[in-house]
Amino acid sequence: MRDPNRFWNPYLGGVALGLVLLAAFLVMGKGLGASGATFRTGVWAVNAVAPAHVANVPAMSAVTEENHPLNDWLVFEVVGVLIGGAIGALTSGRFGRELTKGPTFSSGGRVALAIAGGVMMGFAAKLTRGCTSGQALSGGAVLSVGSWAFMFSVFAGGYAAAWFNRRQWR
Amino acid sequence: MIFPFESLSDERRALGLAVAVPVGIAFGFVLERSGFGSSRKLVGQFYGTDMTVLKVMFTAIVTAMLGMVILSGAGVFDMSAAQFNYPTFLWPMVFGGLLLGVGFITSGWCPGTSLVGVASGKLDGVATVGGVILGGLLYAEVEPKLGAFPNSGKLGTFTLPQLLHLPPPVVAALVVAIAVGAFLGGEKVEQLVTGTQPAEPPTVRRRVFYALGALAVVALVTLALPTPPPSSDF
Repeated sequence: MRDPNRFWNPYLGGVALGLVLLAAFLVMGKGLGASGATFRTGVWAVNAVAPAHVANVPAMSAVTEENHPLNDWLVFEVVGVLIGGAIGALTSGRFGRELTKGPTFSSGGRVALAIAGGVMMGFAAKLTRGCTSGQALSGGAVLSVGSWAFMFSVFAGGYAAAWFNRRQWR
Repeated sequence: MIFPFESLSDERRALGLAVAVPVGIAFGFVLERSGFGSSRKLVGQFYGTDMTVLKVMFTAIVTAMLGMVILSGAGVFDMSAAQFNYPTFLWPMVFGGLLLGVGFITSGWCPGTSLVGVASGKLDGVATVGGVILGGLLYAEVEPKLGAFPNSGKLGTFTLPQLLHLPPPVVAALVVAIAVGAFLGGEKVEQLVTGTQPAEPPTVRRRVFYALGALAVVALVTLALPTPPPSSDF
Protein backbone atom coordinates (compact mmCIF):
# COMPACT_ATOMS: atom_id res chain seq x y z
CA MET A 1 0.00 0.00 0.00
CA ARG A 2 2.81 2.43 0.89
CA ASP A 3 4.52 3.47 -2.29
CA PRO A 4 7.56 5.76 -1.83
CA ASN A 5 7.25 6.85 -5.46
CA ARG A 6 3.69 8.03 -5.09
CA PHE A 7 3.22 11.74 -4.49
CA TRP A 8 0.20 13.98 -4.25
CA ASN A 9 -1.07 15.45 -7.47
CA PRO A 10 1.06 18.63 -7.67
CA TYR A 11 -1.93 20.89 -8.26
CA LEU A 12 -3.78 19.49 -5.25
CA GLY A 13 -0.56 19.74 -3.23
CA GLY A 14 -0.34 23.35 -4.36
CA VAL A 15 -3.90 24.08 -3.25
CA ALA A 16 -3.17 22.47 0.15
CA LEU A 17 0.02 24.52 0.51
CA GLY A 18 -1.89 27.64 -0.52
CA LEU A 19 -4.50 27.03 2.18
CA VAL A 20 -1.76 26.64 4.83
CA LEU A 21 -0.23 29.88 3.57
CA LEU A 22 -3.61 31.62 3.63
CA ALA A 23 -4.19 30.45 7.21
CA ALA A 24 -0.81 31.91 8.24
CA PHE A 25 -1.72 35.24 6.65
CA LEU A 26 -5.17 35.37 8.26
CA VAL A 27 -3.81 34.63 11.73
CA MET A 28 -0.44 36.35 11.59
CA GLY A 29 -0.63 38.90 8.80
CA LYS A 30 2.56 37.17 7.62
CA GLY A 31 3.17 34.11 5.52
CA LEU A 32 5.44 31.11 5.97
CA GLY A 33 9.21 31.05 6.21
CA ALA A 34 12.30 28.96 6.78
CA SER A 35 15.69 30.64 6.37
CA GLY A 36 15.04 33.13 9.18
CA ALA A 37 14.73 30.27 11.67
CA THR A 38 17.86 28.57 10.32
CA PHE A 39 19.77 31.86 10.75
CA ARG A 40 18.50 32.26 14.32
CA THR A 41 19.75 28.75 15.10
CA GLY A 42 23.21 29.78 13.89
CA VAL A 43 23.20 32.98 15.94
CA TRP A 44 22.08 30.99 18.98
CA ALA A 45 25.08 28.66 18.57
CA VAL A 46 27.53 31.54 18.12
CA ASN A 47 25.97 33.35 21.09
CA ALA A 48 26.63 30.30 23.27
CA VAL A 49 30.39 30.42 22.63
CA ALA A 50 31.07 34.08 21.79
CA PRO A 51 28.30 36.41 23.10
CA ALA A 52 30.62 39.44 22.92
CA HIS A 53 31.10 38.84 19.20
CA VAL A 54 27.34 38.56 18.60
CA ALA A 55 26.84 41.89 20.35
CA ASN A 56 29.32 43.50 17.92
CA VAL A 57 27.71 42.20 14.71
CA PRO A 58 24.53 44.19 13.90
CA ALA A 59 22.74 41.44 11.93
CA MET A 60 23.34 38.99 14.80
CA SER A 61 22.54 41.29 17.70
CA ALA A 62 19.30 42.22 15.89
CA VAL A 63 17.89 38.78 16.76
CA THR A 64 19.30 38.59 20.31
CA GLU A 65 18.46 42.05 21.61
CA GLU A 66 14.80 41.67 22.56
CA ASN A 67 14.38 37.97 23.19
CA HIS A 68 16.25 34.70 23.20
CA PRO A 69 17.26 34.18 19.52
CA LEU A 70 15.07 31.07 19.32
CA ASN A 71 12.03 32.79 20.86
CA ASP A 72 10.42 33.62 17.54
CA TRP A 73 7.32 32.59 15.59
CA LEU A 74 9.42 31.32 12.70
CA VAL A 75 11.47 29.00 14.92
CA PHE A 76 8.29 27.41 16.29
CA GLU A 77 6.95 27.08 12.74
CA VAL A 78 10.16 25.35 11.62
CA VAL A 79 9.95 22.91 14.54
CA GLY A 80 6.54 22.08 13.10
CA VAL A 81 8.02 21.71 9.59
CA LEU A 82 10.49 19.13 10.93
CA ILE A 83 7.68 17.22 12.68
CA GLY A 84 5.34 17.43 9.67
CA GLY A 85 8.09 16.47 7.25
CA ALA A 86 9.04 13.46 9.39
CA ILE A 87 5.39 12.36 9.64
CA GLY A 88 5.05 12.65 5.87
CA ALA A 89 8.25 10.70 5.22
CA LEU A 90 7.54 7.97 7.79
CA THR A 91 3.96 7.37 6.62
CA SER A 92 4.92 7.27 2.93
CA GLY A 93 7.88 4.92 3.27
CA ARG A 94 10.27 7.67 2.16
CA PHE A 95 12.12 8.03 5.47
CA GLY A 96 15.63 6.70 5.33
CA ARG A 97 19.28 7.66 5.62
CA GLU A 98 20.37 8.50 2.11
CA LEU A 99 22.74 10.76 0.23
CA THR A 100 20.76 11.69 -2.86
CA LYS A 101 23.01 11.83 -5.92
CA GLY A 102 23.64 10.23 -9.28
CA PRO A 103 25.35 6.79 -9.16
CA THR A 104 28.58 8.01 -10.79
CA PHE A 105 29.10 11.13 -8.67
CA SER A 106 31.32 10.95 -5.58
CA SER A 107 29.74 11.17 -2.13
CA GLY A 108 32.35 13.64 -0.89
CA GLY A 109 31.77 15.88 -3.89
CA ARG A 110 28.01 15.78 -3.37
CA VAL A 111 28.31 16.74 0.31
CA ALA A 112 30.76 19.54 -0.55
CA LEU A 113 28.40 20.95 -3.18
CA ALA A 114 25.40 20.67 -0.84
CA ILE A 115 27.29 22.70 1.78
CA ALA A 116 28.49 25.22 -0.84
CA GLY A 117 24.99 25.67 -2.24
CA GLY A 118 23.67 26.04 1.29
CA VAL A 119 26.22 28.79 2.05
CA MET A 120 25.13 30.66 -1.10
CA MET A 121 21.47 30.38 -0.11
CA GLY A 122 22.04 31.34 3.52
CA PHE A 123 23.93 34.43 2.40
CA ALA A 124 21.40 35.28 -0.32
CA ALA A 125 18.35 34.82 1.92
CA LYS A 126 19.68 37.47 4.34
CA LEU A 127 20.21 39.86 1.43
CA THR A 128 16.71 39.22 0.07
CA ARG A 129 14.98 39.27 3.49
CA GLY A 130 13.56 35.80 2.96
CA CYS A 131 13.97 32.65 0.92
CA THR A 132 11.76 30.72 -1.47
CA SER A 133 9.21 30.34 1.35
CA GLY A 134 9.42 33.67 3.12
CA GLN A 135 9.85 35.85 0.06
CA ALA A 136 8.76 34.10 -3.19
CA LEU A 137 5.82 32.12 -1.81
CA SER A 138 4.57 34.51 0.86
CA GLY A 139 5.44 37.88 -0.69
CA GLY A 140 4.34 36.54 -4.08
CA ALA A 141 0.87 35.76 -2.72
CA VAL A 142 0.42 39.35 -1.49
CA LEU A 143 1.61 40.58 -4.92
CA SER A 144 4.76 42.34 -3.70
CA VAL A 145 6.84 43.53 -6.68
CA GLY A 146 10.13 42.70 -4.95
CA SER A 147 8.98 39.16 -4.18
CA TRP A 148 8.06 38.54 -7.82
CA ALA A 149 11.38 39.98 -9.01
CA PHE A 150 13.10 37.69 -6.50
CA MET A 151 11.15 34.65 -7.71
CA PHE A 152 12.08 35.17 -11.36
CA SER A 153 15.71 35.70 -10.31
CA VAL A 154 15.75 32.40 -8.41
CA PHE A 155 14.52 30.51 -11.47
CA ALA A 156 16.97 32.40 -13.72
CA GLY A 157 19.89 31.57 -11.39
CA GLY A 158 18.84 27.93 -11.19
CA TYR A 159 18.54 27.49 -14.94
CA ALA A 160 21.80 29.38 -15.56
CA ALA A 161 23.77 27.04 -13.27
CA ALA A 162 21.89 23.79 -14.07
CA TRP A 163 24.25 22.68 -16.84
CA PHE A 164 27.31 23.00 -14.57
CA ASN A 165 25.67 20.78 -11.95
CA ARG A 166 24.29 18.10 -14.24
CA ARG A 167 26.95 15.52 -13.33
CA GLN A 168 25.76 15.47 -9.72
CA TRP A 169 22.59 13.68 -10.75
CA ARG A 170 23.99 11.21 -13.30
CA MET B 1 -11.60 44.17 9.43
CA ILE B 2 -11.47 40.85 11.23
CA PHE B 3 -8.20 39.50 9.81
CA PRO B 4 -5.31 39.38 10.38
CA PHE B 5 -5.44 38.68 14.12
CA GLU B 6 -1.79 39.74 14.34
CA SER B 7 -0.86 37.16 16.89
CA LEU B 8 2.58 38.67 17.34
CA SER B 9 1.23 41.61 19.32
CA ASP B 10 2.35 41.13 22.90
CA GLU B 11 -0.86 39.89 24.49
CA ARG B 12 -1.43 37.37 21.72
CA ARG B 13 2.15 36.22 21.44
CA ALA B 14 1.64 32.96 23.32
CA LEU B 15 -1.34 32.13 21.08
CA GLY B 16 0.71 32.95 17.99
CA LEU B 17 3.57 30.69 19.03
CA ALA B 18 1.10 27.91 19.78
CA VAL B 19 -0.43 28.30 16.31
CA ALA B 20 3.02 28.32 14.69
CA VAL B 21 3.67 24.65 15.44
CA PRO B 22 0.54 23.17 13.77
CA VAL B 23 0.94 25.58 10.84
CA GLY B 24 4.52 24.34 10.47
CA ILE B 25 3.45 20.71 10.74
CA ALA B 26 0.93 21.23 7.93
CA PHE B 27 3.59 23.08 5.89
CA GLY B 28 6.17 20.31 6.33
CA PHE B 29 3.67 17.52 5.67
CA VAL B 30 2.35 19.10 2.46
CA LEU B 31 5.89 19.74 1.19
CA GLU B 32 6.87 16.11 1.89
CA ARG B 33 3.75 14.68 0.25
CA SER B 34 4.35 16.88 -2.80
CA GLY B 35 7.80 15.34 -3.22
CA PHE B 36 9.90 18.17 -1.77
CA GLY B 37 11.75 15.83 0.59
CA SER B 38 13.78 14.69 -2.42
CA SER B 39 16.52 16.83 -3.94
CA ARG B 40 16.39 14.70 -7.09
CA LYS B 41 12.73 15.64 -7.60
CA LEU B 42 13.38 19.32 -6.80
CA VAL B 43 16.22 19.71 -9.32
CA GLY B 44 14.06 18.11 -12.04
CA GLN B 45 12.57 21.59 -12.36
CA PHE B 46 15.85 22.89 -13.76
CA TYR B 47 16.39 20.03 -16.21
CA GLY B 48 12.85 20.06 -17.58
CA THR B 49 12.18 16.51 -16.41
CA ASP B 50 9.86 17.29 -13.49
CA MET B 51 8.03 20.61 -13.13
CA THR B 52 6.61 19.80 -9.68
CA VAL B 53 8.25 22.88 -8.12
CA LEU B 54 6.54 25.21 -10.59
CA LYS B 55 3.18 23.46 -10.25
CA VAL B 56 3.06 23.27 -6.45
CA MET B 57 4.57 26.69 -5.77
CA PHE B 58 2.58 28.64 -8.35
CA THR B 59 -0.71 26.87 -7.42
CA ALA B 60 -0.05 27.70 -3.76
CA ILE B 61 0.66 31.36 -4.54
CA VAL B 62 -2.48 31.63 -6.66
CA THR B 63 -4.65 29.89 -4.05
CA ALA B 64 -3.51 32.08 -1.15
CA MET B 65 -3.63 35.20 -3.34
CA LEU B 66 -7.24 34.53 -4.41
CA GLY B 67 -8.26 33.87 -0.81
CA MET B 68 -6.75 37.14 0.38
CA VAL B 69 -8.03 39.22 -2.55
CA ILE B 70 -11.58 37.87 -2.12
CA LEU B 71 -11.60 38.33 1.68
CA SER B 72 -10.10 41.78 1.23
CA GLY B 73 -12.75 42.64 -1.37
CA ALA B 74 -15.43 41.44 1.05
CA GLY B 75 -13.98 43.77 3.69
CA VAL B 76 -12.91 41.15 6.24
CA PHE B 77 -9.14 41.09 5.55
CA ASP B 78 -6.74 44.00 5.55
CA MET B 79 -4.42 42.98 2.71
CA SER B 80 -2.34 46.16 3.00
CA ALA B 81 -1.35 45.09 6.53
CA ALA B 82 0.03 41.85 5.07
CA GLN B 83 1.71 43.68 2.18
CA PHE B 84 3.39 46.03 4.64
CA ASN B 85 5.48 43.04 5.79
CA TYR B 86 6.90 42.52 2.29
CA PRO B 87 8.63 45.75 1.27
CA THR B 88 10.57 45.87 -1.99
CA PHE B 89 14.33 46.39 -2.12
CA LEU B 90 14.76 45.68 -5.81
CA TRP B 91 18.53 45.29 -6.33
CA PRO B 92 19.39 43.04 -3.38
CA MET B 93 16.30 40.96 -4.21
CA VAL B 94 17.30 40.52 -7.87
CA PHE B 95 20.97 39.82 -7.11
CA GLY B 96 20.20 37.69 -4.05
CA GLY B 97 17.57 35.78 -6.05
CA LEU B 98 20.15 34.87 -8.69
CA LEU B 99 22.58 33.72 -5.99
CA LEU B 100 19.88 31.74 -4.22
CA GLY B 101 18.92 30.08 -7.51
CA VAL B 102 22.53 29.03 -8.12
CA GLY B 103 22.67 27.73 -4.53
CA PHE B 104 19.41 25.83 -5.11
CA ILE B 105 20.71 23.89 -8.12
CA THR B 106 24.14 23.42 -6.51
CA SER B 107 22.78 21.98 -3.27
CA GLY B 108 19.63 20.41 -4.69
CA TRP B 109 17.45 22.13 -2.08
CA CYS B 110 16.03 25.49 -1.12
CA PRO B 111 16.30 26.57 2.54
CA GLY B 112 12.76 25.37 3.42
CA THR B 113 12.84 22.06 1.60
CA SER B 114 16.29 21.26 3.03
CA LEU B 115 14.55 21.09 6.43
CA VAL B 116 12.09 18.55 5.00
CA GLY B 117 15.13 16.70 3.68
CA VAL B 118 16.58 16.58 7.21
CA ALA B 119 13.23 15.32 8.51
CA SER B 120 13.30 12.61 5.82
CA GLY B 121 16.81 11.44 6.77
CA LYS B 122 18.53 12.85 3.68
CA LEU B 123 22.22 13.53 4.33
CA ASP B 124 22.48 16.07 1.50
CA GLY B 125 19.64 17.93 3.26
CA VAL B 126 21.62 17.95 6.51
CA ALA B 127 24.70 19.27 4.67
CA THR B 128 22.60 21.98 3.01
CA VAL B 129 21.06 23.14 6.30
CA GLY B 130 24.59 23.38 7.73
CA GLY B 131 25.57 25.47 4.72
CA VAL B 132 22.55 27.76 5.09
CA ILE B 133 23.50 28.41 8.72
CA LEU B 134 27.11 29.19 7.73
CA GLY B 135 25.95 31.41 4.85
CA GLY B 136 23.68 33.46 7.11
CA LEU B 137 26.46 33.96 9.64
CA LEU B 138 28.87 34.86 6.82
CA TYR B 139 26.39 37.50 5.63
CA ALA B 140 26.14 38.94 9.13
CA GLU B 141 29.95 39.24 9.28
CA VAL B 142 30.34 41.00 5.93
CA GLU B 143 27.14 43.08 6.01
CA PRO B 144 28.87 46.21 7.35
CA LYS B 145 31.18 46.08 4.30
CA LEU B 146 28.28 45.88 1.81
CA GLY B 147 27.49 49.55 2.35
CA ALA B 148 24.17 50.74 0.95
CA PHE B 149 23.60 47.76 -1.36
CA PRO B 150 21.29 45.72 0.94
CA ASN B 151 18.92 48.71 1.05
CA SER B 152 19.24 49.75 -2.59
CA GLY B 153 16.29 49.93 -4.95
CA LYS B 154 14.06 50.69 -1.97
CA LEU B 155 10.47 51.04 -3.13
CA GLY B 156 8.75 50.40 0.22
CA THR B 157 5.43 48.57 0.11
CA PHE B 158 5.07 48.34 -3.65
CA THR B 159 2.64 45.87 -5.18
CA LEU B 160 1.79 44.62 -8.66
CA PRO B 161 -1.61 46.42 -8.57
CA GLN B 162 0.26 49.68 -7.90
CA LEU B 163 2.83 48.94 -10.61
CA LEU B 164 0.20 48.09 -13.23
CA HIS B 165 -2.38 50.67 -12.04
CA LEU B 166 -5.03 47.96 -11.90
CA PRO B 167 -7.37 46.87 -9.07
CA PRO B 168 -6.09 43.81 -7.12
CA PRO B 169 -8.88 41.46 -8.41
CA VAL B 170 -7.91 42.24 -12.03
CA VAL B 171 -4.25 41.55 -11.26
CA ALA B 172 -5.29 38.34 -9.47
CA ALA B 173 -7.25 37.19 -12.54
CA LEU B 174 -4.23 37.95 -14.75
CA VAL B 175 -1.95 35.97 -12.42
CA VAL B 176 -4.35 33.00 -12.59
CA ALA B 177 -4.29 33.16 -16.42
CA ILE B 178 -0.48 33.35 -16.46
CA ALA B 179 -0.26 30.46 -13.97
CA VAL B 180 -2.49 28.18 -16.05
CA GLY B 181 -0.45 29.10 -19.13
CA ALA B 182 2.77 28.29 -17.25
CA PHE B 183 1.34 24.94 -16.08
CA LEU B 184 0.36 23.91 -19.61
CA GLY B 185 3.73 25.09 -20.93
CA GLY B 186 5.55 23.26 -18.13
CA GLU B 187 3.76 20.03 -18.93
CA LYS B 188 4.65 20.45 -22.59
CA VAL B 189 8.33 20.81 -21.62
CA GLU B 190 8.10 17.68 -19.43
CA GLN B 191 6.65 15.72 -22.33
CA LEU B 192 9.28 16.95 -24.78
CA VAL B 193 12.21 16.27 -22.43
CA THR B 194 11.12 12.90 -21.02
CA GLY B 195 9.17 11.69 -24.05
CA THR B 196 6.30 10.53 -21.82
CA GLN B 197 2.80 11.67 -20.98
CA PRO B 198 2.18 13.45 -17.64
CA ALA B 199 1.57 11.09 -14.74
CA GLU B 200 -1.17 13.25 -13.23
CA PRO B 201 -4.74 12.42 -14.21
CA PRO B 202 -6.03 15.30 -16.37
CA THR B 203 -9.42 15.31 -14.60
CA VAL B 204 -7.89 16.49 -11.30
CA ARG B 205 -5.87 19.13 -13.08
CA ARG B 206 -8.89 20.36 -15.00
CA ARG B 207 -10.96 20.63 -11.80
CA VAL B 208 -8.24 22.65 -10.06
CA PHE B 209 -7.94 24.98 -13.05
CA TYR B 210 -11.71 25.49 -13.16
CA ALA B 211 -11.86 26.12 -9.42
CA LEU B 212 -9.08 28.73 -9.61
CA GLY B 213 -10.82 30.35 -12.59
CA ALA B 214 -14.12 30.43 -10.69
CA LEU B 215 -12.42 32.03 -7.68
CA ALA B 216 -10.86 34.63 -9.99
CA VAL B 217 -14.38 35.48 -11.16
CA VAL B 218 -15.54 35.74 -7.53
CA ALA B 219 -12.61 38.10 -6.89
CA LEU B 220 -13.70 40.25 -9.86
CA VAL B 221 -17.28 40.29 -8.52
CA THR B 222 -16.04 41.86 -5.26
CA LEU B 223 -15.21 44.94 -7.36
CA ALA B 224 -18.97 45.53 -7.63
CA LEU B 225 -19.38 45.53 -3.83
CA PRO B 226 -19.65 48.91 -2.14
CA THR B 227 -16.15 49.63 -0.83
CA PRO B 228 -15.88 50.58 2.83
CA PRO B 229 -13.61 53.58 3.37
CA PRO B 230 -10.08 52.24 3.89
CA SER B 231 -9.34 52.07 7.60
CA SER B 232 -5.63 52.53 7.10
CA ASP B 233 -3.84 53.65 4.00
CA PHE B 234 -0.19 52.75 3.76
